[in-house]
Amino acid sequence: MNIYKHEFGMYIRSVITWSLSIFALLFLFLSLFSSFSASAALLNETLSKFPPELLMAFGMNDMDLSSVLGFYGIVFLICQICLSIQAANYGFGLVSVEERDMTADFLLAKPVGRPKILTSKFLAALTGLTITNAVIWISSFLLLNLYRAGKSFDLRTLILLLASIVIFQLFFLTVGVLISLLVRRVRSVTPFSMALAFGMYVLSAFGGMLGGDSLDIITPFKHFEPNYIIRNGAYDLPLVMISVVAIIVSIVASYLLYSRRNIASAV
Amino acid sequence: MSIIEVNNLTKYYGKARGIVDVSFNVEEQEIFGFIGPNGAGKSTTIRLFCSLIYPTNGQAKIFGKDCAKFGPDIRQEIGYLPSEVFYYDKMKVIDLLKYSASFYKKDCTARMHELAEIMELELTRRIEDLSYGNRKKVGIVQGLLHQPKVILLDEPTSGLDPLMQQKFFKLIREENARGATIFFSSHILGEVQKMCSRVAIIKEGKIIKIEDIKTLQHDNYKKIKVAASQIDASRFDVEGVIKLEKHNGVVGFFYKGDINVIMRKISEQEVSDVTIEEPTLEEIFMHYYE
Repeated sequence: MNIYKHEFGMYIRSVITWSLSIFALLFLFLSLFSSFSASAALLNETLSKFPPELLMAFGMNDMDLSSVLGFYGIVFLICQICLSIQAANYGFGLVSVEERDMTADFLLAKPVGRPKILTSKFLAALTGLTITNAVIWISSFLLLNLYRAGKSFDLRTLILLLASIVIFQLFFLTVGVLISLLVRRVRSVTPFSMALAFGMYVLSAFGGMLGGDSLDIITPFKHFEPNYIIRNGAYDLPLVMISVVAIIVSIVASYLLYSRRNIASAV
Repeated sequence: MSIIEVNNLTKYYGKARGIVDVSFNVEEQEIFGFIGPNGAGKSTTIRLFCSLIYPTNGQAKIFGKDCAKFGPDIRQEIGYLPSEVFYYDKMKVIDLLKYSASFYKKDCTARMHELAEIMELELTRRIEDLSYGNRKKVGIVQGLLHQPKVILLDEPTSGLDPLMQQKFFKLIREENARGATIFFSSHILGEVQKMCSRVAIIKEGKIIKIEDIKTLQHDNYKKIKVAASQIDASRFDVEGVIKLEKHNGVVGFFYKGDINVIMRKISEQEVSDVTIEEPTLEEIFMHYYE
């Protein structure tokens, strides 16, 4: 419990920053809906003139901007990008920051086993991510009800979208931890997390553009594509399972690797 | 039963050598010195004790338990002071010490404040604002606050001023008198000579000698200086003499053998002064590293 408290303390600032930023994003975007929906027909027409490949790249194909959730889907995708960066940041930094800052010597020389350390750190990071997740839930409900311009939307689909966040976050968190344990040393977290987050996004975007389904099968941006969930009112279950399996494999492998890891010394 | 038992302990970092086939025992309440130059494998050995790293081969046992298997158990009674001290920069000293204390089963608050007072440590400052020496003090307090049975010191005095070093040595002696076993790694021989009862000398990852400090000094060379107005250094060039030098009319050398032989040699001369001393550990040590 002491490690968990200490670790969580390290996340507070970052969690507040991310949560406020995402709230601001949702607020700015959703407050525009009423003015958008007035001229939605025109907008949809304009969109239909764009090449379909481009729209696919941004997950905007067959998107109805005149509907509340169609509009919400766009900002949800941007939220996903933010969430992936946040979760990957926490994942890559989970154990590597202590080794980079040499504080691992302090912690690991204490009478506590490696699995317990990893569990505490995982839970602390997950708590941080869950707070951000909760902020998205609350602000989405609040803002959509405020700015839906008299239109109705399917509550069940919205809940499906929001419920996907936790698996989405876990994917980037756990895969980040695993990669950080596979490489020798993570000198700086940001390049790694940016590469993983944007790499996965680009893979999903390009996959959409090419129309094939070979590459994008590994990216959670595809597994939880907002457009798909909104159009079908359901998850693409086989794809979701890929995310779940990746999370489980990453967690198991991380425990094995961390328990056997040699901690590099300062000199 | 020995408190620390090391059997054929070997550690390679990939292909790079850490330590090779290291074996020794440390008895209860002993102050055991571990001496060697930088890169000889001193830190590697201590890091294996703390299971910060795992052995390639062999085994280290503390309290009769394997370090790699029973790490958390063993570390409940270990105090570790690393050679380079790094702590969470944003934390205040007091918060770091409390965090450190929270890992142990006993209540460490009283001892923590006592130690901070002895080491003149300001508890309200942030770690990032501390000088290297002050960080080292934080290291000492966090390593000793739970009154461990085994204290592992990895070059503990670097960064401490002489006054603090004195206080630190006093503290370690008190801990030792209380019953703690001390494993003292250093490349400064003077401090090991002052503190330790036994010493292991490590060179390029291998133990080259384990000896009582006293035996090391006694069964060894004597350091002899003979001053005379007219003296021929070559007269002393007999069996058992090394490092024969003449400097400003003083002949100096190290001698190992029957002391009478060399006494006769000296008495044959008209000398103005003679000194016969135990060599310092430094001088013995240089001999091992030649």
